[in-house]
Amino acid sequence: MTQKSTRRDILKLAGAATAATVAPTIATAQATGSVVVIGAGFGGATAARYLRRAGVSVTLVEQNSSFSTCPFSNTVLGGINSFSSITHGFGGLRREGVNVVKGRVSAVDPDAKSITLDGGDTIAYDRLIMSPGIDFKWDAIEGYDEAAAELMPHAWKAGSQTNILRRQLEAMPDGGVVAIAPPGNPFRCPPGPYERASLIAHYLKTEKPRSKVLIFDAKDSFSKQGLFQAGWAELYGDLIEWVPFSEGGNVARVDPETNTIFTDFDEHKVDVANIIPPQRSNRLVDTAGLADGGDWCPINQSTFESTIHANIHVLGDSSIAGRMPKSGFSANSQAKVCAAAVAALLAGNDPASPSFINTCYSLVAPDYGISVAAIYRIIEDGTIAPVAGAGGVSPSDAPASTRALEADYARGWYASITSDMFG
Amino acid sequence: MSQIKTLIAGTFGAALLALPLTLSAVADETSPANLANACGGCHGTDGISPGPIPSINEISEEDMIALLTAFKADEAAVTIMNRIAKGYTNAEITAIAAYFASIAI
Repeated sequence: MTQKSTRRDILKLAGAATAATVAPTIATAQATGSVVVIGAGFGGATAARYLRRAGVSVTLVEQNSSFSTCPFSNTVLGGINSFSSITHGFGGLRREGVNVVKGRVSAVDPDAKSITLDGGDTIAYDRLIMSPGIDFKWDAIEGYDEAAAELMPHAWKAGSQTNILRRQLEAMPDGGVVAIAPPGNPFRCPPGPYERASLIAHYLKTEKPRSKVLIFDAKDSFSKQGLFQAGWAELYGDLIEWVPFSEGGNVARVDPETNTIFTDFDEHKVDVANIIPPQRSNRLVDTAGLADGGDWCPINQSTFESTIHANIHVLGDSSIAGRMPKSGFSANSQAKVCAAAVAALLAGNDPASPSFINTCYSLVAPDYGISVAAIYRIIEDGTIAPVAGAGGVSPSDAPASTRALEADYARGWYASITSDMFG
Repeated sequence: MSQIKTLIAGTFGAALLALPLTLSAVADETSPANLANACGGCHGTDGISPGPIPSINEISEEDMIALLTAFKADEAAVTIMNRIAKGYTNAEITAIAAYFASIAI
């Protein structure tokens, strides 16, 4: 603390403060108070674990008794991995002292500083961290509601939806057509629909080579587009066809009974329809008005504290986190910054300025990996932005050995981040 | 931890003075822990990797500075670390290396 004060005094004398430089932030007081975390996904599990490592008392509330990851669920759809391999229990978190409570949160009360579970139990908090993920806009595509999703699965939350889509792919005859309909921006996991097309194509090429994958896109460009399209041409020929928005890709209506997709231009009867609808923050945030009437929750992007209600932090897909994509890696990186900020605030200290990383690996095939990465900091307007001159995608001219290495690293990333989340 | 404080204060005190003003309830500086924890997304908690990505917890402070500096300058054949290392100042690279050295068992 002496050192910190000294430096601040120097800065005052110099008439300047600093941005995004390195300085030790040493907790000078022990954090006191209890933290409740909602959601045991990439954001919530990581936040709970890192708060516990900082000595903070943490209760993690999760509606399921395990968590299945959206990342790597495409390998399940491609027949490469089992569903159980993407499902993680909470024994490690419990062993590290996280109080894991199974329950579905029905409401958040910012005035009482408590949450209510289905059944009526309440849990009080000093600070609340919410990482509840996405919900779907069921009204956005005509005919696509929760019942339709049982027939035309979104599989954009890993679980029974993943298994429905996998069973449909297994049951499809050779020569069938699989449609994938990605939404407009922003949405969870920007490269995800295109990795999905890749790994479904890998399965079809091996098992049902006369089949096709049609991507009906609500956009005219997508993440890692050049790398994906080069990989598709090299590995799958014309098995995958991408229809952009401007060429009639936008899905306006569906008929689940006949598996028909109606685009702005024409209609397509397909064998398997994977409709990924437009998204918003999890509706739980509405119980406290945390999205302020919008789709996503505005926050102080340095601490993830809601700008609507004090003592509630929102991170991951539900939050407005500047230019960071809505990804599992983003949520994990944000959770560590948020955990450090919450520990500092509980101890009466100023949180340190953030530094984030996002890296998204995608598998074009089991031995063909590509990546995009960025480093993120807070810029002068208080929002999160990528560091210029850093990050970017894998080189377009990389040899097969590099693609194979990045595929190994994709698997390594999954092993590392899930152990970082769950212990 | 005192090692980090000394190192950073000694090395970067002068550089801090030249940077622009920001107003925030948050401290103006990032911390070695914020910088280093982000590495765990790929390299595992505290740099200990359970899978095929290399662990970084047992790299010496000197070697880590040399490696990250070489990655940043595109002087080493790697898949992604050249892109990532470019996101850090030399001072931050030194702080990250010092942090991992300080938590090494």
